[in-house]
Amino acid sequence: MTNGWNDIKNTDLVVIMGGNAAEAHPCGFKWVTEAKAHRGAKLVVVDPRFTRSAAVADYYAPIRQGTDIAFLMGVINYCIQNEKVQWDYVKAFTNASYIVKEGFEYSDGLFTGYDESRRDYNRSTWDYEFGADGFAVVDETLQNPRCVWNLLKKHVATYTPEMVERICGTPKDKFVAVAKMIAETSAKDKVMTSMYALGWTQHSKGSQNIRGMAMLQLILGNIGVRGGGMNALRGHSNIQGLTDIGLMSNLIPGYLTLPTEREADINAYMSTRGFRPQRPGQMSFWQNYKKFFVSFQKSMWGAAATKDNDFAYDYLPKLDVPAYDVLRAFDLMHQGKMNGYFCQGFNPLLSFPNKRKLTAALSKLKFLVVFDPLETETARFWENHGEFNDVNPASIQTEVFQLPTTCFAEDEGSLTNSSRWIQWHWPAAEPPGEAKTDIWIMAQLHLKLKAMYRKDGGKFPDPIVNLHWPYRLPNDPQPEEIARELNGYVVENVPDPNDATKLVLERGKQIPTFGVLRDDGSTACGCWIYAGIYTEAGNMMARRGTADPGDTGAYSQWAFSWPANRRILYNRASADINGKPWDESRKLIWWNGTNWGGFDIPDIAPTAKPQDVGPFIMNPEGVSRLFTRGMMRDGPFPVHYEPFESPIANPIAPKVRGNPVARVFRGDMEQFGDSKEFPYAATSYRLTEHFHFWTKHVWVNAVLQPEFFVEISEELAKEKKIASGGWVRVWSKRGSVKAKAVVTKRIRPLVCDGKTVHIVGIPIHWGFTGAAKKGFGANMLTPFVGDANIETPEYKAFLVDVEPIAGAQV
Amino acid sequence: MATLQSQDIVRRSATTFTPPAARHQIKVAKLIDVSKCIGCKACQAACLEWNNLREDVGVNVGQYQNPHDLTANSWTLMRFTEWVNPETDNLEWLIRKDGCMHCEDPGCLKACPSPGAIVQYSNGIVDFVSENCIGCGYCIKGCPFNIPRISKADSKAYKCTLCVDRVSVGQAPACAKSCPTQAIVFGTKEAMLEHAAGRVTDLKSRGYKNAGIYDPPGVGGTHVMYVLHHADKPQIYASLPNNPAISPIVGLWKGTVKYAGMAALGLMAVFGFMHHVVAGPNEVTEEDEENAKKLKDAAE
Amino acid sequence: MSKTHSEKSSTVQRYSAGARVNHWITAGSLVLLAISGLALFHPSLFFLTALFGGGETTRAVHPWIGVVLFFSFLGLFFRFWRANLWNRTDNVWMSKLRDVLAGNEENMPEIGKYNAGQKLVFWFMSALILILITSGIVVWDEYFYQYTSIDQKRYAILVHSLAAIAAISVWIVHVYAAIWVKGTIRAMTRGSVTGGWAWRHHRQWLRELVAGKATGAGK
Repeated sequence: MTNGWNDIKNTDLVVIMGGNAAEAHPCGFKWVTEAKAHRGAKLVVVDPRFTRSAAVADYYAPIRQGTDIAFLMGVINYCIQNEKVQWDYVKAFTNASYIVKEGFEYSDGLFTGYDESRRDYNRSTWDYEFGADGFAVVDETLQNPRCVWNLLKKHVATYTPEMVERICGTPKDKFVAVAKMIAETSAKDKVMTSMYALGWTQHSKGSQNIRGMAMLQLILGNIGVRGGGMNALRGHSNIQGLTDIGLMSNLIPGYLTLPTEREADINAYMSTRGFRPQRPGQMSFWQNYKKFFVSFQKSMWGAAATKDNDFAYDYLPKLDVPAYDVLRAFDLMHQGKMNGYFCQGFNPLLSFPNKRKLTAALSKLKFLVVFDPLETETARFWENHGEFNDVNPASIQTEVFQLPTTCFAEDEGSLTNSSRWIQWHWPAAEPPGEAKTDIWIMAQLHLKLKAMYRKDGGKFPDPIVNLHWPYRLPNDPQPEEIARELNGYVVENVPDPNDATKLVLERGKQIPTFGVLRDDGSTACGCWIYAGIYTEAGNMMARRGTADPGDTGAYSQWAFSWPANRRILYNRASADINGKPWDESRKLIWWNGTNWGGFDIPDIAPTAKPQDVGPFIMNPEGVSRLFTRGMMRDGPFPVHYEPFESPIANPIAPKVRGNPVARVFRGDMEQFGDSKEFPYAATSYRLTEHFHFWTKHVWVNAVLQPEFFVEISEELAKEKKIASGGWVRVWSKRGSVKAKAVVTKRIRPLVCDGKTVHIVGIPIHWGFTGAAKKGFGANMLTPFVGDANIETPEYKAFLVDVEPIAGAQV
Repeated sequence: MATLQSQDIVRRSATTFTPPAARHQIKVAKLIDVSKCIGCKACQAACLEWNNLREDVGVNVGQYQNPHDLTANSWTLMRFTEWVNPETDNLEWLIRKDGCMHCEDPGCLKACPSPGAIVQYSNGIVDFVSENCIGCGYCIKGCPFNIPRISKADSKAYKCTLCVDRVSVGQAPACAKSCPTQAIVFGTKEAMLEHAAGRVTDLKSRGYKNAGIYDPPGVGGTHVMYVLHHADKPQIYASLPNNPAISPIVGLWKGTVKYAGMAALGLMAVFGFMHHVVAGPNEVTEEDEENAKKLKDAAE
Repeated sequence: MSKTHSEKSSTVQRYSAGARVNHWITAGSLVLLAISGLALFHPSLFFLTALFGGGETTRAVHPWIGVVLFFSFLGLFFRFWRANLWNRTDNVWMSKLRDVLAGNEENMPEIGKYNAGQKLVFWFMSALILILITSGIVVWDEYFYQYTSIDQKRYAILVHSLAAIAAISVWIVHVYAAIWVKGTIRAMTRGSVTGGWAWRHHRQWLRELVAGKATGAGK
């Protein structure tokens, strides 16, 4: 989230699209009801299904899954056509005026530089014109036909209300009604918040879905303001923490990136991470990258990371591919190239697409280690459960180790929520049986490995034998110790340059903020954005202050929000070019003539003059990007691409199947079905009664939603002679499931490009272990393809067929 | 529940004269704002958890509603109705939390034959006292809302207690505590009516011109109330009664018939006794015996 | 029946052992039903549930006793229905109800085995027991809950209550008549009545009996 849960109460318009907050985030959804109660806010829901969120919405519009970009570009087009643009904001705080390089073009669904054989672009033309001074060329009058604004205007012109209806199946009047409500928030005293989740990410163009809305929010001036923002509703209580701490194969903590194999030394690594400002006087905060990076290395390897060895740069693994994401990991397993797997708090056998391929992959492993509080399907993948897991245990040689772990209520530590609040929690119960914390298990593993490497050596034992392990009880590191390490501490005294008798930083002290981090090895910090969580003042995550000056919902004394306890990112943009709040009733920070102050920690240098320094300090431009240069693999503007399995051809680019640069593994292209064979558009989703595949182990939740089902419209039920509550078979190119049918008015067929499209809804919560009735995973059906930028699997849009069947045994 | 607060009892089933309550509490109410409800079933889960109830894991029968009806273990249930508004042709998904309404004039209590099996506290809560329940099911017949259920396990009637055990120690009912959108709120009846009025105003401003409060006068008002977007037609909310009242049949049974019946029987007995006193016994005389003898003899 | 027997004892046989057993099972059930039913009908009589081991057992056994009563009464019905068919004499008897109550039997016509009052008791009981068992099953929630709606159950329990009051009233008449008309009870305890009793109350029956046209005992 750019903003936070509590801040939603400040909004005038909530748009839930690409998510179903009431269903999947019922507790957070209360802030929507707060906004409705206190600001008379309206709620708009755009979804293929009439969801639980729609049930309490002021306006609902249907949309075909996988067509959000067309809808959003349509809204942008509507705003531009109807002059519903927050011009002061767009001109001052976005790159609308930047001139784009000659050569950059878009036609027939593709940008300049496409190479079909590599499924990739040469992105060299996707950039600004740079002047002789090294700065980007701008035209503040927006007259230049090659300025971002005019290119955008041209790009979105395709997406007329008629085209939106044709692609999305959203009736024109409903689209226009939604567009109108959204467009109203271009007023300076109106804001909209976007609440989205996996309904946008789980597509082969998920990142661009989100960009589409981010661009719209910028045009409306809704980023950085109270009640605005792009608010990703994270699906687990701590999944924000997962990405923050870099539990992605291509990241290290704090969104620093792992080197690639082409970056043989630290200079090569830093050469692409210099982030020189692209406009005069901009902060370009990533200029500090090296400070964060070196401090991370010091935190990892302590005394072994020295200036002489480039702070142990060689210890870091170097990527030979863009990422070893889970899809790739399973593909490697499937090819027999990965033969051991540690599966920690994760149930891939149900979580990732194409279960058949996953089972085949796991069956080829030599060993599988599962850390989990529950008896997961992954841990039991080798066990025959009839049609629900039809495997032959005798033919599977994988050795499986199940290590029972504590669950969140049984251990101490922090959780980072969607609002980026890092909140400390304490155990509420004793762990049962032999359950141990993940930290304890990892510590034993590490110490054993370290001892083995010390004894036996190895090809390159240094990163393991030199790993900094400063815990009081080496085999039982405490959560607080790890938190202190993540916060960062001073390694060497740093004298005050003006007065040698004084110290700026004193050895052994916790650092107060990332602002003091240094690139000379005198500071260590496990995760720079977490600096401040555990300072000399103590555990800031454990704070429970409820003061809320200005009634902003920020609650700055409650826990700690990264970065720097800032509650709303880009909050400098809540005030105009002169630092005066756009809306006095929603003021957040303001310029008092000499410095910034207000209710939140300013997201800018406190003394940066408002007219000189742009609010988007992380960008070298100092402004936000409507045109994202070459930073995304699939284009600087979002383009509507159909899902890989789509009921219709792409009306704007019939020749392009799916996202043209999405990665497709060998063999998987053949596993995509077409609409002749599989006529119905399926989507998968969560239900409020369950949390993924966990709560089916809980009796009460199993009572509330006991059995696997699929949802279809009354029209499709009639056509296929399916009775509500009867059994159906649903199958895709990759697999087949049996389910109960819920026939509902909440799903209605849509007309897209002249064709009736029936939608089949498939909830994901059942498996073959737990208290609920045994059922099939939706991933029996889903395709093995992910987003072009971050590889999130395309669960939300695929094709199936459906037929009634006689009662199935269970 | 067992009675935790006997000093507060203002009504007691099958008890002609209830001694006056020693204490008088302020009237409470739970307000369920259907327009805010997202149907998450947290209330159902909280109810099962707080009351430590063990419902069976059922099956899907083509709807979101699980279990499919209230049971002796499920004292509250989200009922889902897909309703197409004929005025707008828009679908509305009406989700109503069903459960005991805690009537001011409780039909269950009126029908109950077992003294003290159903009580009403001065705060308005209607509670079943299991140790006195005989499992006759009369409460089911007395209830205008079809709420109580008899357990197959112990043949006793069960329903929502409005978490009287929580309320009596100053806590809100478990369902209200767990409701993420505060669609369920709890407080004094007066405060709840005031809160509800605010909600109705908001709903009217959003185009629900018939929004209103459901506090049916036919049962003297209830201590569980609804805010409805379409208060003019409660029946669209999974058959919520339009004008609930204790059935006149039950009224007759537990009123006129009860008293008149007993009186009739008493009168019959008294009449017999008085007849005997006045008319004396009808005795066979010697003459009768002789006549009989004669008749027999004649026949031989 | 044999003449020798009647000569010796100067009594006439009215009910066979089978009929008597059948009657007393019915009577016992009816009394238990009345007590248990009334216990659940009016709070002031709830204490009677103690006789059955408490409210729950009262609730549980009442319908089962009802089943016993029903089948037991069915036996009585088949034994006696013919003798209870209405005839002209019954109209005359009915018209002289005042004399009946005053005990002026000399003003009455000669009566067969049953007088009109007894016949009414029989037919009322037959009808009421049928109503009671039917309405009772409707409200017997333990086994039959799902077959009827709550509203139907409400009607059923009202009908059940009214029928029960009527049945108990009929029973009071029946019992009082047996007490009032001395020499009656032995018909059901010993099976026989005195000749004089028969002469006085059921002279036509006695004549028929003597003439060998009828038997004293039920089949």
